[in-house]
Amino acid sequence: MLQAGMVIIGAGEAGARAAVELRTLGWTGAITLIGEEPHAPYERPPLSKQALLSPDAPSPTYILDDEKLKEHDIEWIAGTPVTAIDRAHRTVRLADGREIAYAKLLLATGARPRQLPLLPMNGTPVAGARYLRTYGDALKLRDKLQTGKRIVIVGAGFIGLEVASSAIERGCKVTVVEVGPRILMRGVPIQIAQIVEERHRAAGVDFRIGISIEAIHCADSDGSVNSLTLADGTTIEYDEMIVGIGAIPETSLAASCGLQLENGICVDETLATSDPSIYAAGDCCSFEHPLYPGRRIRLEAWRNAQDQGTHAASAMLGEKAPFASVPWFWSDQYELTLQVAGLVDFGSETIVRELQDGAKLYFHLADDGRLVAVSGIGDSVVIAKEIRIGQILVETGAKPVPQALGDPDVKLKALLRG
Amino acid sequence: MWIEVCKADEIDEEDVLRFDHEDRTFAVYRTDKDEYYATDGYCTHEKFHLSNGLVMGSTIECPKHNGRFDVMTGQAKRAPVCVDLKTYPVKVENGTVYIEL
Ligand SMILES: Cc1cc2nc3c(=O)[nH]c(=O)nc-3n(C[C@H](O)[C@H](O)[C@H](O)COP(=O)(O)OP(=O)(O)OC[C@H]3O[C@@H](n4cnc5c(N)ncnc54)[C@H](O)[C@@H]3O)c2cc1C
Ligand code: FES
Repeated sequence: MLQAGMVIIGAGEAGARAAVELRTLGWTGAITLIGEEPHAPYERPPLSKQALLSPDAPSPTYILDDEKLKEHDIEWIAGTPVTAIDRAHRTVRLADGREIAYAKLLLATGARPRQLPLLPMNGTPVAGARYLRTYGDALKLRDKLQTGKRIVIVGAGFIGLEVASSAIERGCKVTVVEVGPRILMRGVPIQIAQIVEERHRAAGVDFRIGISIEAIHCADSDGSVNSLTLADGTTIEYDEMIVGIGAIPETSLAASCGLQLENGICVDETLATSDPSIYAAGDCCSFEHPLYPGRRIRLEAWRNAQDQGTHAASAMLGEKAPFASVPWFWSDQYELTLQVAGLVDFGSETIVRELQDGAKLYFHLADDGRLVAVSGIGDSVVIAKEIRIGQILVETGAKPVPQALGDPDVKLKALLRG
Repeated sequence: MWIEVCKADEIDEEDVLRFDHEDRTFAVYRTDKDEYYATDGYCTHEKFHLSNGLVMGSTIECPKHNGRFDVMTGQAKRAPVCVDLKTYPVKVENGTVYIEL
């Protein structure tokens, strides 16, 4: 019998990075990367940005194309979901009936868009709501963003706002409905949320914030129009509805084989699940971070998926180091980039530093003066390097002098040495 | 042909300077060991100026998605970059930095 190799379920960001890293670290046995999507692993961030703007049908931005997969001798199985994991025999079963044995298994199954709860709507469940997670979703959405179309976006998180910005650039009329008290409730300081909101308003976005949707009326053959009714009784007519109300970790396989779950697949500091032969990485897993103790966190961010994929590969080969990369993400809307390194909610004091061209940095300090996060907004050319230096300060547990942080004349890089 | 870039002390130690020549853009580095190197100016992942990045020792980190290159060889060191940077010879004479194009 063939010797069992490394098996990865989910050919997305984390899965693809793990596969390459296994080779880079010298694993010479089999690597099988199994994905339910038909495409070779591709980047998701462009799906809400460039992919919606490009005049021609965009092609996916591949992380690993056919050639690279071959070069690294990764066996890639496309368009085939894994349907079960047999932990006793260490095999996975595929939808086409195949069984593959594993020495170590990585779950990199990502997350799925949270569905809009059922609302009274012509008596049937919500139809016509679009979600954005895959390349296929982006292609369909791109076709709908035609000049003059009325687009309603439910949810003012990153995906909703990036789609809003792309739709505006495509000449659509955009309304954003958010039930929470402000936009970008998760992981972004209020100061940045305000700047982003102003920018969207200046571009013509109509915000309805702090209000819920009571009913949805979908157009039918009688020629009626699509409309939403809000809690205050106002109605919004629309041509297309896009829903971006968060994502739910894809844990169904893990659940059915009895792995421990808690807001995702629970992993320890090495990214091992409750079964030591099975690891998890990326959007699907929750973990404790040494810099942010006392809370299990789950991230939905590109860098984290990469870093965890890479880390899981080394853990699968026996390395015991804890995963400790500082969380980092970015979002692009219009000409603005926002970036956050660290976890803003662990801070209690915020210090602002004004940079050139109206760009701003915010330093988030914990009660004990430790820098727990740095966030910034503006032209990426102005903020990116500063955020990166901030990230190193966060990583080292620095307690910088607040006055120095706020003073643009003090070079941040000097604080690294201090 | 050797082209004059700048005075040697115009680049801080462990830092990088953007240098535009005709219609091309370059990044010229000074390492922590006080050596000078030059590469193409744009990251090979997306068109982003590496001169906005962070130099650490002899590594440049692109600030856009944190890809890394060795400035001495141009070698791509960390995802998402996978294509190496083109490098150019550099010399320092009488306190002036030149690159050869
Ligand atoms: C539109 C969009 C824009 C984004 N923009 C940004 C951004 O600007 N900045 C940022 O930091 N992050 C961004 N992100 C987040 C980032 O893309 C994700 O965090 C990252 O893709 C997560 O990687 P992953 O490998 O965990 O999951 P994914 O990339 O989702 O990959 C998981 C894969 O597993 C497959 N799968 C699931 N179950 C099975 C099964 N049973 N069998 C086989 N295959 C299975 C899925 O089909 C999927 O292909 C964005 C995400 C989206 C959707
Ligand atoms: S543009 Fe340089 S890493 Fe992406």
